[in-house]
Amino acid sequence: MAAQTSQEVRFLTPQTVDVKKKKYCRFKKSGIKYIDYKDSEFLKKFLNEQGKILPRRITGNSLKYQRRVAQAVKRARHLALLPFVTDMFK
Amino acid sequence: MNQYETVFILTPVLSDQQMKEAVDKYQAYLTENGAEIINVENWGLKKLAYNIEKKSTGFYAMIEYKADPQLIAKYELQMRRDERVLRYLTVKNEKYAAQYAEKRRNLKKEA
Repeated sequence: MAAQTSQEVRFLTPQTVDVKKKKYCRFKKSGIKYIDYKDSEFLKKFLNEQGKILPRRITGNSLKYQRRVAQAVKRARHLALLPFVTDMFK
Repeated sequence: MNQYETVFILTPVLSDQQMKEAVDKYQAYLTENGAEIINVENWGLKKLAYNIEKKSTGFYAMIEYKADPQLIAKYELQMRRDERVLRYLTVKNEKYAAQYAEKRRNLKKEA
């Protein structure tokens, strides 16, 4: 029994480890200083299909700009430019 | 005198004339109390992302102005009392926000 478990498990296809894309903060790179809560098209990039704000590990934003994005999204939601919750609105 | 920007939504039930009169009323209120209006934008009738007071569309208007901080509380009180205004949001434009707003205005002027 021990021999079997120690036997190396072989897969049919080679195990693909996805190459880690270097995440960068798009605001630092492009030098955007102010995130406008009025243009909802730009803010939609940071929302998922249900309209929820994407986490930093997905968007790759730095902490400072992620908070500004979150604040801008919440202001846009207050003004009904962006929905609080929806399905497949992209 | 800080720089502010107020976006407010009017109920779609009004006629065009009433909407224009409502926007002018808030504009006049500002100029009377010593605020200096920089820019007024009417985005017109837009579809709301969710229903507000059983309405699915609203007339958006935006006013950018320089005013004293004390005036903002009174200004928002006016809006709170007015039943035509569904929602309002006043934002203080700091350094970068002011630059952005200015750039946006020039962009709009050219377009």
